[in-house]
Amino acid sequence: MNLAVNNQSLMLALGLVVIALIIGWKEKLGIDRDMIIGVVRAIIQLFIVGYLLKYVFKVDNVWLTSTLILIIIFNASYNAKQRSNGIPHALPISIGAILASTAVTLGVLMWSGAIKFIPSQMIPISGMIASNSMVAIGLCYRNLNSQFRLERQAVTEKLALGANLKDASRDIVRDSIKTGMQPTIDSAKTMGIVSLPGMMSGLIFAGVDPVHAIKYQIMVVFMLMSATSIGSVLACYLAYRGFYNKRKQLVIPSN
Amino acid sequence: MSLISLKGVSYRSGDEQILNGIDLDIEAQEWVTIAGPSGGGKSTLVRIIASLLSKTAGELTFDGQPIESYDPIAYRRRVSYSVQQPTLFGQTVRDNLSFPYQIRQLPFDQQRAIDALEYVGLAASDLDKPVIDLSGGQRQRVALLRNVMIYPEVLILDEVTAGLDAENKSFVWQMIRHFNQEDKLTIIAITHDQSEIDDAQRLVMVENGRIVAGGAQ
Repeated sequence: MNLAVNNQSLMLALGLVVIALIIGWKEKLGIDRDMIIGVVRAIIQLFIVGYLLKYVFKVDNVWLTSTLILIIIFNASYNAKQRSNGIPHALPISIGAILASTAVTLGVLMWSGAIKFIPSQMIPISGMIASNSMVAIGLCYRNLNSQFRLERQAVTEKLALGANLKDASRDIVRDSIKTGMQPTIDSAKTMGIVSLPGMMSGLIFAGVDPVHAIKYQIMVVFMLMSATSIGSVLACYLAYRGFYNKRKQLVIPSN
Repeated sequence: MSLISLKGVSYRSGDEQILNGIDLDIEAQEWVTIAGPSGGGKSTLVRIIASLLSKTAGELTFDGQPIESYDPIAYRRRVSYSVQQPTLFGQTVRDNLSFPYQIRQLPFDQQRAIDALEYVGLAASDLDKPVIDLSGGQRQRVALLRNVMIYPEVLILDEVTAGLDAENKSFVWQMIRHFNQEDKLTIIAITHDQSEIDDAQRLVMVENGRIVAGGAQ
């Protein structure tokens, strides 16, 4: 491995944060406090996670690995729920969507032999899947909320004509699924041209042959496409009913 | 037995009492015109009858049964509601006239759509016309046709002629007269138009959430 990040070089790299802080202070952006909190939190969280992972990898226990994956899924679901702006049952919907997207994607990867059920593979991959699903579902919720408000009259007219809830919401649900998946699709389109993605960069950094690294990255693209599509579809189809009451009338949730 | 019967119907939203003890009986094939000052509760009243809002007190029966006993979707296919400045769906006139068939999973009756378009002064070729190319009057005609492509029993019209010029207004009114007299639909129409109020067969005046005239026959 040709990686050489020691404590001294980390301290010097902290100078980069100081540059950002100076820019924020000079431009009166009012984000100095947030930036400092962000940096401190990142350092503490990553150190804790680093030591925790070291222990988990060493123990290599199925139950411990599964528990950590479930914790990752719960945290991602809780964060997605925070973007729901009052959509009813957003937490269980998010848990269901992220759990299903993670389970299906991991299942296919394991079945194809791309990964094995060992903590050093399962935990980072689960984190990538859950975090991408989380972002996609958060975007879906935001779009559902804004579209149901914007299209209120059209939805009411469809209901007035006798449409069922699915028919009345179809355009909004489709648009929201597209919105949730769009960042993954855009990022796949520009991969290698605009960005060298995280996993591939990490492998190259660690001395892996770039041609070998791209195979892993291609696997990541496939897996994120699957995860965001499953997560978005499930979340949208489970959440849109929250915009109606028992009498099948449109009610916009209050924040 | 009246087709629609409201007894002591009230509607409250938060601290605001919008409707207060409405009593109203509407017979089958009747044409009821509802008028009154803006903000008086007319639209809330018809939205409750259309099952798009739920009353907070009182009783509302349709065909002798409480409204709560009906599945809202099935009920709205019998009691159809149309608004001022309707939203047209999709891209073309066809998307709109086929919508009632789609939601019932029925094959689109294109000949009926063409006959209906011709009846309202549009051409058969307008079936594939983009909705953005329609004038205000044409939009309203297409929207009204959308409500009656598969006949409901009751057609509720919420100021459908507001904002139309005299010619279009008279045309739309002629359409509604046809629906009432030939197709035997019950019509409940909100209007601010004085000539429509003067011509009303039965006028119900709603003011400050109450019926002040025309509630009892």
